[in-house]
Amino acid sequence: MSTQPYLDDATVGTELPPLVKEPTTRQLVMYAGASGDFYEIHYDKDFAAEQGLPGVILHGALKSAYLGQLMTDWMGAEGQLLSLSVRYREMDVPGDVLTCKGTVVERDEEAGSVRCEIWIENGAGVRTTTGEAVVALPAR
Amino acid sequence: MSVLTPAMQAAVGRDGEPRTTIIERGAIERFAAAIGDDNPAYADVAPPTFLRSVGLAIPTLPDSEAVPRVLDGGSEWTYGEPVRPGDAITFVTQMENLIEREGRMGSMLIATYVTRYTNQRGELAATQRNTLIRMPAA
Repeated sequence: MSTQPYLDDATVGTELPPLVKEPTTRQLVMYAGASGDFYEIHYDKDFAAEQGLPGVILHGALKSAYLGQLMTDWMGAEGQLLSLSVRYREMDVPGDVLTCKGTVVERDEEAGSVRCEIWIENGAGVRTTTGEAVVALPAR
Repeated sequence: MSVLTPAMQAAVGRDGEPRTTIIERGAIERFAAAIGDDNPAYADVAPPTFLRSVGLAIPTLPDSEAVPRVLDGGSEWTYGEPVRPGDAITFVTQMENLIEREGRMGSMLIATYVTRYTNQRGELAATQRNTLIRMPAA
């Protein structure tokens, strides 16, 4: 967690502090249990292979959760997340190192909010997951 | 070969059966632990995507046995009131759209669903628009 950002500080082009995640199969099982999504492609290697997958893959929604954390870590206690939109472009697998990143792309002075482009890069630098988020930030 | 049947098409615009879930503090804690987020705020409020865990209230998709493989395409959330332990969240999911597309893995159906989550005071807590991709068996 970082210091509270204010609307004035969040100029277009501001980069959000990156969030690094190293998902494991254990985490996929925890997420399956916590989310209630027990689709076997997320924890049963044989089942995943039968489905034509390289192995077990991350729940898309877990990646949304990572990007949600990117935003909440940045916006601090006084920020408010207004929307979070995420598209899963490529599969991600446990054992990879995923880095969540974001940039401020638009400011709405009247609403007191900023729009950020957000994405996840895998260990090979591929943007597997993309999206955007809008957060309201406090005035100084 | 088309996988989109008239019965499927007729289901566009339908709502599922509304459901209500009481939000437990322990469920929020387990969710935060599962996503690896130790933000202390989650002692009292749910993380942004926590409502995934209450499920969806999706209307039945006729003829879906022809497209058993399902991939999650993405999710768009808009937020209203915070979700807190003890809240009674009522949610209902509408099938908003259904189209067929030829993808790199053959014919696929792309379904979009919109779920509205309201709390015990009737306030909107969130809406989630989901894209689900359904494909014939591998």
